[in-house]
Amino acid sequence: MNTVENFELYAPRLVDKQEYFNVGHRACSGCGEALAIRLMCKALGEDTVIVNATGCMEVISVMYPTTAWNLPWIHVAFPNAASVGAGVEAALKVLRRKGKIADRRIKVVAIGGDGGTFDIGFQALSGAMERGHDLLYVCFDNEAYMNTGIQRSGATPFGASTTTNPAGAASQGKNEWKKNIAEIIASHNVPYIATACHSYPLDFMNKVKKAREVEGPSYIHCLSVCPTGWRVQTEECIKAGRLAVETGVFPLYEIENGKYTMSSPTPEKLRPVEDYLKIQGRFRHLTPDSVQKIQKRVTLEYNKLLDKVENLHSWSELEG
Amino acid sequence: MSKRIGMEIALAAAEAVALCKPDVVAAYPITPNTHIPEHLSDIVAEGRIDADFICVESEHSALSACCGASGAGARAFTATSSQGLLYMAEIVPIVSAMRLPIVMAIGNRALSGPINIWNDHSDIMSQRDTGWISMFAADGQETIDMMIQAFKIAEHRDVMLPVNINLDGFQLTHVVEPMMMPDQKEVDKFLPAYKPFAALHPDNIVSMGALAMPDIFNEAMQAKDHALINSKKVILEVWKEWEEQFGRKYEPIGAYRMDGAEVALLTLGSMGDTAEVAVDELREQGVKAGLLKLKLWRPFPTEELLKAVKGLKSLAVIDRAVSFGGVNGPVAAEIKAALYDQKERPLITNHIIGLGGRDVVVADFVKMVQQAISAQKKKPKEAYEIYGVRGS
Repeated sequence: MNTVENFELYAPRLVDKQEYFNVGHRACSGCGEALAIRLMCKALGEDTVIVNATGCMEVISVMYPTTAWNLPWIHVAFPNAASVGAGVEAALKVLRRKGKIADRRIKVVAIGGDGGTFDIGFQALSGAMERGHDLLYVCFDNEAYMNTGIQRSGATPFGASTTTNPAGAASQGKNEWKKNIAEIIASHNVPYIATACHSYPLDFMNKVKKAREVEGPSYIHCLSVCPTGWRVQTEECIKAGRLAVETGVFPLYEIENGKYTMSSPTPEKLRPVEDYLKIQGRFRHLTPDSVQKIQKRVTLEYNKLLDKVENLHSWSELEG
Repeated sequence: MSKRIGMEIALAAAEAVALCKPDVVAAYPITPNTHIPEHLSDIVAEGRIDADFICVESEHSALSACCGASGAGARAFTATSSQGLLYMAEIVPIVSAMRLPIVMAIGNRALSGPINIWNDHSDIMSQRDTGWISMFAADGQETIDMMIQAFKIAEHRDVMLPVNINLDGFQLTHVVEPMMMPDQKEVDKFLPAYKPFAALHPDNIVSMGALAMPDIFNEAMQAKDHALINSKKVILEVWKEWEEQFGRKYEPIGAYRMDGAEVALLTLGSMGDTAEVAVDELREQGVKAGLLKLKLWRPFPTEELLKAVKGLKSLAVIDRAVSFGGVNGPVAAEIKAALYDQKERPLITNHIIGLGGRDVVVADFVKMVQQAISAQKKKPKEAYEIYGVRGS
C-alpha cells in the first residue's frame, strides 16, 4: 500500500514551504529522525516552542554558535524535556493571563528520543501527562541510544544486536520485548495519542496538526529509522519505516479519548516480519527460530491492538 | 509600611516570595523546606498572587520546570533540602550556565546515609561549585530580606544568575520568630518587574542551551566565572539600597564584637546567634573574642575576609559539613586558601559541628574558642576535628 504515491502532485499544496528546521545541521545521511522533525515543524507552524531532550537531534542542530532552529527552542538536559516543557507551558499561560505577552496561543512541544522517553525521561513524562499540561510530547524512537553509540534501551526490539547487548555465541542480542509506551501513556487518560512514522509523511503531519489542537496533553510516537544504528543502507531509510508498518511490527493508529482507530496507511494483509528484519544488519544473526518467535509475538500484539480497535469505546460513549 | 509579625520562618519566607509576585513555582515535598512551598500553594489557592504552582513529580523536574518557566520569561521560584538538592544536581550547573535568574530556598539538611532529616550544610556544600550565588541567613529576618533581595540580584542585567538562599532546617525553617515583614508597596518599590534578556516566544526566536565544543568551552566557563565574581558589585549595591529603604544592613561578612578581638569564631547560618552569646561570656571573662558571620558564600568575599581577620591571632572556623578525606571542612579550606598569600594571618582551627542536627550550645563555642587560643602554643595534631564525637 502506498498512500503517498501522488506526493509530487499534492505535496506542494499540502506542505508548508516554510522551513523551521533548516539545512546545515549535522545529522547522518539518511537520518529518519531529522526528516521527521522537519515535517513535524511544518505541521506545527510558527506559534510553537520546542523543548528538546539531550540526544542526536540536540547535538546535530545547535552546535554553538550555529542553530538549525527557526522556532524558539530550548534544551536543558537528557531526562527532563517533559518537565522543562511543563515549565514553559505554565509560564506562557501565566504571562498571557497577566498581559505580559501577546494574547495568542503558543503550543509547547517537547521532543525526545526513545532513551529520553522510555527510560531516563519516563518519570518526567509520566508526571507531565498526569498533570495535564497543554503539552505535546513527540517521541522519535530509533530503538536504541544512537547518540552515544547504539546502546540498548527499553525501546530496543527483541533480537536486535546493540553495543551493550551484542549478539554473540552465547547471546542472540536483546532478550526482552520492547516496552509498549503508547499504551502506558494511554493509561494516563491522555486525550490524544498517535503512532506515526516519517515514511508516511502526510499521516504523521496530520497527526501532529491534530495533537496541536488538543488543549491538554497529547503524545505522538514516531518510529524514526536510524540507518547507522539499524545497519540499513541510507537510501533504504524510508523503505525500512514502511516495512515496519507493512509487517505489523509498528502499526499506525490513534487513540482519541480512549477510542482506537487504525490509520489509513495500514495494510489489509500484513507481510511476513522477515521482510522487515532481513534488510537490517542488527537482526542479521537471528536464527529462523528467533524470526518465528518474533513473528508470533508481532501477530499477537497486532491482534491485541485490533481487538482494542474493535471493542473499546470513546469516553463520551461511556459517560453515565 | 512594614509590619511586625510573629511567624514560623518557613511561612514568612513564603510570604516574602509572594511579595515578589513569582509567575511560576515548582516544588516537590521534602523535609524540612516543605512549609515554604506548602504555604506558597496556600497563597496561590487563596488568589493572593497570580502564579502557576506546578506540583512536579520530583525535585529534578522542579528545577527543570523552573528552567522552562524562566526561559520563557517568567519569574520562577523553587525550594528544596538535602537529597532533593542532590536529585536536582544534574540541572543545578545548567541553570547558571544558561543565566536563568531562578531563586531557590534551601532548608539545609544532612545528606543521607544514614538517612537523617535534621540540619547541617552537607547539601549545599555538595553544590558549591555550580555557579550559583549562594547566601546563608542567620535568622528569620535575614531569611525574609534575602528572599526579596535575591530576585533583584538574580534578575539584574549585569548578573543574570540563579541565587540560592540557605536557611538551616528546623533551627530556622520551623522556628517562630518576631520579624519585620515589608508590605507590597515597599517591595514593589524595591523590586522592579522582571524584564528578561531573552525569552522563548515566536516573536523573537532564540535557541537556548546549545552544545559547546572544546573550542568554546573554556570561554564559556570563564564567562560564567566572571559573571559570578562580578555579581558581588551588584550584591553590595542591592544591599545598600535595602539598607537605605528598610534600615537593615547587610554585609558579606557580619562582625560581632570584633573591636580589638584577638580570637574569633567564624560561622555560617543560624549558629551565629548561639556563638554571639558565647562571645559575650568570653568578653566578660576578659577574653578578647569576636565573631564573624559569613553570609555571602558565593561569590566568596575574599577582600572582606582579609579585612575582617586583621589583628586576629587565631580564628576558629566552624564547618557544618565534612569534606571526607580532604584537608579541612569546606569553609575552613576556603578560608585557608584565601589567607595563604598573606604575610600575617591568624592560626586557623577547624571545628566541624552540628552534623545531622546534633545540638551545639554556648559552652561548646566557648570551648572551641579556648581550643583556638591554646592552639597558638601547641598546634593540634589534626587539621580539623568533628566536634563532640562520643568515645573519642
